[in-house]
Amino acid sequence: METGTQRAIPAIPKEELLQMYEQMLRIRIFEEQVNELYTSGKMPGLAHLYIGEEAVAVGVCRALRREDYITSTHRGHGHCLAKGAAVNQMFAELLGKAAGYCHGKGGSMHIADPETGNLGANAIVGGSTAIAVGAALSAKMRGTNQVVVCFFGDGAFGQGVLYEAMNMAALWKLPVIYVCESNMYGEYTATREAAAGEVLARPQACGIPVKEVDGQEVRAVFAAAKEQVERARRGGGPAFLICHTYRFRGHHVGDVNRSSYRSAEEEEAWIRERDPVRLLGLFLIRQRLADASALEKIDQTIRAEIAAGVQFALDAPYPEPGEVTQNVYP
Amino acid sequence: MRELTFGQAIKEALVEEMRRDPTVFIIGEDVAEAGTVFKVLSGLVDTFGRERVIDSPISEAGVTGLGVGAAMTGMRPVVDIMFGDFITLAMDQIVNQAAKVHYMSGGKLRVPLVIRTTMGATRRSAAQHSQSLYAWLAHIPGLKVVLPSTPADAKGLLKSAIRDDSPVVFFEDKMMYQVKGPVPEAEYTVPLGVADVKRSGTDVTIVATSSMVQVALEAAARLEGDGISVEVVDPRTLMPLDKSALVESAKKTGRVIVVDEGYEQYGVTAEIAAVIAEGAFDHLDAPVRRMGAMNVPVPFSPVLEDQTVPTAAAVAGAAKQLCGRA
Repeated sequence: METGTQRAIPAIPKEELLQMYEQMLRIRIFEEQVNELYTSGKMPGLAHLYIGEEAVAVGVCRALRREDYITSTHRGHGHCLAKGAAVNQMFAELLGKAAGYCHGKGGSMHIADPETGNLGANAIVGGSTAIAVGAALSAKMRGTNQVVVCFFGDGAFGQGVLYEAMNMAALWKLPVIYVCESNMYGEYTATREAAAGEVLARPQACGIPVKEVDGQEVRAVFAAAKEQVERARRGGGPAFLICHTYRFRGHHVGDVNRSSYRSAEEEEAWIRERDPVRLLGLFLIRQRLADASALEKIDQTIRAEIAAGVQFALDAPYPEPGEVTQNVYP
Repeated sequence: MRELTFGQAIKEALVEEMRRDPTVFIIGEDVAEAGTVFKVLSGLVDTFGRERVIDSPISEAGVTGLGVGAAMTGMRPVVDIMFGDFITLAMDQIVNQAAKVHYMSGGKLRVPLVIRTTMGATRRSAAQHSQSLYAWLAHIPGLKVVLPSTPADAKGLLKSAIRDDSPVVFFEDKMMYQVKGPVPEAEYTVPLGVADVKRSGTDVTIVATSSMVQVALEAAARLEGDGISVEVVDPRTLMPLDKSALVESAKKTGRVIVVDEGYEQYGVTAEIAAVIAEGAFDHLDAPVRRMGAMNVPVPFSPVLEDQTVPTAAAVAGAAKQLCGRA
């Protein structure tokens, strides 16, 4: 096992770093707006915010090509945006509008965008782990050289289909990367109370190589993902990447009383010391790759883009009632 | 016309569709060299190789999910699940994934997946290898469910299922694999959603599915001697269901028995009886009679098991009763 943070991270060109900063910030501000829309009663349903975990989606997706596939989770807004989704259609979907990615039929937990290789967010924990193997087998059979990334949370360690899927991926050397966002809690239960033994031993038992990285350091995530993706693209088979991260907010927006499963001190320490957006910003400034005013300008640009996206979605029409029976069958 | 067994007809459909479309492949437990436990696919791997006839681990959920992912990305997988009882292991992948992807994505993604599996009791295989669980799937919007009853139908329906852009679950009666029947040599398909009148009659309609079609035809032959003219209608697919064909036959005869090998409670017989009651109420001379499998786990002992499935004698008896001849 390699531990990404203990090794020197290869230099990443300034332009790429700035793009990663911008992408992480877009996810952050997007999610803050989701919180706002939800708490002000404009967004129906459920909202599982990605705030705190931005470096995972951005670092991993930066290692992918547009035509590569991802599968996502109930906490999937970050994955969709990092893979190239547009904020307008994202917000529209979250509000159940016809202009949304799924014409309002999927909502927050089911955004799919085949144009950017996003095979869809999945609201069943571990539900896409086998779908990802199928997409990888398909890529291999069609000879397209595509790689598949399966995002999932540590809660999926409790789902049997994950092991069925990893076993097949390893047997047939399929180009799929299992990216575990280990944020320490599955809903309201600590991972240590739900997963016995050493979780990395599980993919290793299938002969799948693993990497472990600090999921708050986007450069480390990118470096590890890049190696694994390139290896998979060369025909090297599946890989497993565990990213240690933290959900800055609750399991969903309504999860406000979290003292039963984690302390305010723990949350504050992560937010203060391990904010992935701030960590990259500090790095950029210390390395003299950007100054505070340059980052401020990015901030302003993104805020304007997000504000326009929210307005687009608020103004967009709902689906026609007759659409309810469309798309049950092709 | 030449005759093929039910199993040969299934295999011929797969061979033709795999030749026709390079995106079609088969995956499942023991499908390659073993040719499945029922030997239905014997030799297929020699024709198409292990790249397209893939032996899988015993992982029904994983293999079905793999089929969903492959189908979403340009392939047309045929997933083989050895016993219909084992679809329970894959239910999340079938119900929450395969059936939902097209709708949830607003029509952007498609899942042209076929799941081939089996059904039927009286093979002395006891409670976990004998169930006919298609009603579970016919309950789910987004899935199509096929129940062929003859070799010719099996071939034509399977070809349609493979070409369909929806997830289709195809249930084969494992007791029928050796049954022979005429199968045209020329290329043909049987559309999903079109019932077939297997025997024309005027006094009573027996709507029968899969394994029960032969039972119904045998009952009809017996009843002929009693002067009762029986129409046997086979819906062939539960979803889509050819409601108008069922209603038309009910209107014609005024008496209907629905016979199916799934459990009677909350099952196919109930749904079809309701469709007929709603569509032909004014034409019915009696309430629609339902005959499904007995509501017990399928027992092992032949003496016990044979009681659980409708027989030709029982169906004929019910028909006589319905016609006031009992």
